[in-house]
Amino acid sequence: MTIEPRALETRAETELTEAWYKERDALPGNEAVAGRRKAAFDAFRQTGLPHRRVEEWKYSDLRNRLKSIAPFAARRDEAGAKSVLAGLDNVYGDVDRHRLVIVDGHFHAGLSDMAALAADGALARPLAEALAEAGEALMDLPAIATKDAAVGLNAIFCADGLELVVPAGVTLSKPVEIVHALGQDAASTAGRVVIRAGEGAEAIVLETFLGGTEGTFSNTLTDIRAADGAKLTVARLQAEAAGTTHVGTAVVTLGAKTAVKVIGAGIGSGFARHQAFVAFTGEHARADLLGITMVRKGQHVDQTLVIDHAVPNCDSRELFKTVVDDGAKGIFQGKIIVRPHAQKTDGQMMTQSLLLSEDAEMALKPELEIFADDVQCAHGATSGEIDEDLLFYLRARGIPEKEARTLLVLAFLAEAVEEIGEEVIVEAFEARIRAWLDQAA
Amino acid sequence: MPAVQETIDRVRSIDVDQYKYGFFTDIESDKAPKGLNEDIIRFISAKKDEPEWMLEWRLDAYRRWLTMSEPTWARVSYPKIDFNDIYYYSAPKSAPGPKSLDEVDPELLATYEKLGIPLREQEILAGVEPKNRVAVDAVFDSVSVVTTFKKELAAAGVIFCSISEAMREHPDLVKKYLGTVVPVTDNYYATLNSAVFTDGSFVYVPEGVRCPMELSTYFRINEKNTGQFERTLIIAEKGAYVSYLEGCTAPQRDENQLHAAVVELIALDDAEIKYSTVQNWFPGDSEGKGGIYNFVTKRGDCRGKNSKISWTQVETGSAITWKYPSCILRGDNSRGEFYSIAVSNGRQQIDSGTKMIHLGKNTSSRIISKGISAGKSENTYRGLVSAHRKASNARNFTQCDSLLIGQDCGAHTVPYIESKNSTAVFEHEATTSKISDDQMFYCQQRGLSDEEAVALIVNGFVKDVIQQLPMEFAVEAQKLISISLEGSVG
Repeated sequence: MTIEPRALETRAETELTEAWYKERDALPGNEAVAGRRKAAFDAFRQTGLPHRRVEEWKYSDLRNRLKSIAPFAARRDEAGAKSVLAGLDNVYGDVDRHRLVIVDGHFHAGLSDMAALAADGALARPLAEALAEAGEALMDLPAIATKDAAVGLNAIFCADGLELVVPAGVTLSKPVEIVHALGQDAASTAGRVVIRAGEGAEAIVLETFLGGTEGTFSNTLTDIRAADGAKLTVARLQAEAAGTTHVGTAVVTLGAKTAVKVIGAGIGSGFARHQAFVAFTGEHARADLLGITMVRKGQHVDQTLVIDHAVPNCDSRELFKTVVDDGAKGIFQGKIIVRPHAQKTDGQMMTQSLLLSEDAEMALKPELEIFADDVQCAHGATSGEIDEDLLFYLRARGIPEKEARTLLVLAFLAEAVEEIGEEVIVEAFEARIRAWLDQAA
Repeated sequence: MPAVQETIDRVRSIDVDQYKYGFFTDIESDKAPKGLNEDIIRFISAKKDEPEWMLEWRLDAYRRWLTMSEPTWARVSYPKIDFNDIYYYSAPKSAPGPKSLDEVDPELLATYEKLGIPLREQEILAGVEPKNRVAVDAVFDSVSVVTTFKKELAAAGVIFCSISEAMREHPDLVKKYLGTVVPVTDNYYATLNSAVFTDGSFVYVPEGVRCPMELSTYFRINEKNTGQFERTLIIAEKGAYVSYLEGCTAPQRDENQLHAAVVELIALDDAEIKYSTVQNWFPGDSEGKGGIYNFVTKRGDCRGKNSKISWTQVETGSAITWKYPSCILRGDNSRGEFYSIAVSNGRQQIDSGTKMIHLGKNTSSRIISKGISAGKSENTYRGLVSAHRKASNARNFTQCDSLLIGQDCGAHTVPYIESKNSTAVFEHEATTSKISDDQMFYCQQRGLSDEEAVALIVNGFVKDVIQQLPMEFAVEAQKLISISLEGSVG
């Protein structure tokens, strides 16, 4: 190992620095928020964009990927936002739901089902508005997330987004869909969503990430906070256009006796990093993380998880399935941390990957970091191709090879799909999986 | 299993701080001045009577080393090492090169007796069947003291000697293979080793020869403030087989001592090398004072078709272990194995694992790693399994299990799995748990005491690895594990 001096600042890093000096006065938030942005910017000046020498970003060299940073997107007028939306898929079709719309990182109340949501008992408002009030509470995140470079960038540049509050004791009758739409002109965005579920609240949230074009850099953050006894299911579908660079962070904070399930599906974007930071703060909580990733044609997709068992008696389950085809590269990094005294922790992580073509690549890094003795922790990781014996079995029964392969990929993913548990999400995800496979056929 | 009973007895009778090999032998030794610079390297090279190219090789390594910085990625923490506060050369003062055991300092022989290493050929001849004999190369501080059974090995064509001797007698072989598996600038400690290594073992098994006995090296650091930098090179020609054992101990001292070794294995077509280590350097006392820093680079190159390299290690000693015995599976159909037991207690820190780099077609590897942490220790498995684009049908199975005893220790697993070939099938599983109450209850119900129950369960936990060790080492390993864990029960 030789000394590597800090590389010269890249063009993208210079552009980000310039963007900060240009945007900083216009960015929303009270003084405390401005202080946090400044601190995050100072940290960015120290470290720059994450690259392969940064262990957490070893396989996803963002500094190398981002040759240049498009200007940060300004807020569109309602007609403009509407036309962006009109050009995108309606992932959940006619499912009865409350729809909230974020275009290029800016929340559009006029395009959202505000009245129906309020009638159902939940509150939504633009994040810019919330940050101007007691914004620091909304900016602060668990320690495991704050050091991350992408989280830092979001803190610096976050111009808007959404605060969704499901008050204590409220169970929403319909799912809430949050659409993160990106326009057709290359731009950078740093939208942030804060979902706060009060004590005993229950909700299903569907996040969809759509649109964008070559040169788009979307760096989103969803901060999910479950107060004691809350139950949340959050389904995140990332199907951005092929040329985008997407970093999507989910930060989950679980209170006592909570149950939070985060389901991620990643099929879009040219270079995607989906990361989740899960922090247990109260006992007897359970977190379920599911991942379904399908990539092809030179796509690069990274799933990174950090599960922090800081308190005793919590369970976590992670199941991630990745299908890689045609020159694409898949990455899974998952770390379970069990802090001292977090006894009776039960953490199980499984990641499996299927390589469909010779030039597909997969890197896996499941980690355990354990400081308490009375725990049950395990992880499993596999990588391989379609089993020739299974293929033969199907073909011997008259199923053509292509169809047989499709069936086997479906079967591979089925294990994760079955764990979803919500019919609305299952249907939407299955439709996406089939469409992806049909494209291959 | 008589060994189990023996283990239990041992656990009963020994105190946590009682490191069996902690004695120090007062032997006059010949030392180079403290510190590291080009003159010291020239001194070492001259002492060893080395050819000119070797000196150049060392100096080149030293100059490269000066430009490097210490790696920080391992999960170990220790105060900064002052590389100028170490003696890089220390040799027991005896007549230049003992011709026979009679010339060896009796104090030294007594040391080996205390260590339980039978250097005297007659003793071995008297006691054991010929096929179970073990040839020993003993390295004391920095230099090889004695190598036994040379004649018999030579009759079979096997060269087994110290590496300094090999440099003089077989320069072509050394020149051809040295540094080809672990390049001079591989990493910080390997580069340091390349510059200052003082001795080590050399093994050459010619084509088609199955080495008639187990080869073994015992390493001991005796002098104060010395670093031990040995270098081992093992070459198995086409169709050859060799099994090599390595054991290490050091006296109990309250300062830290550095051990930075490099081991290179080369297996050509159809050859097999089995390399077993029982590492029991002084681990420091229960408060973490003293102990050896064990920063070792071990790598095997399955260069030929159908070759096989198998690493088995039992790690119970050292204050800090930083060690990743690896296999480069270059030849088609080659196979790599790694079996490891890493036991940490007190304030020991272990960051160990393996790399299996699949380059050839139809290569396979297997990793079984068992980590046991007790006391206030940290035990990390760090490994890499990778398949190159051309490594069709590569197979790997990895199992990493950790057992935690007590609530102040840590067990960590950091595997990297990289597949660039779709036909490669990699499977990895890891678990962490403590000895379950059910298991304890079951044993106690049958009349075993707490300690007996733990010893039994731990022995069961590590059985997969112990089975891979040659018999002599298996017994020793079991004892060591029990000793290391003493005081952690309950």
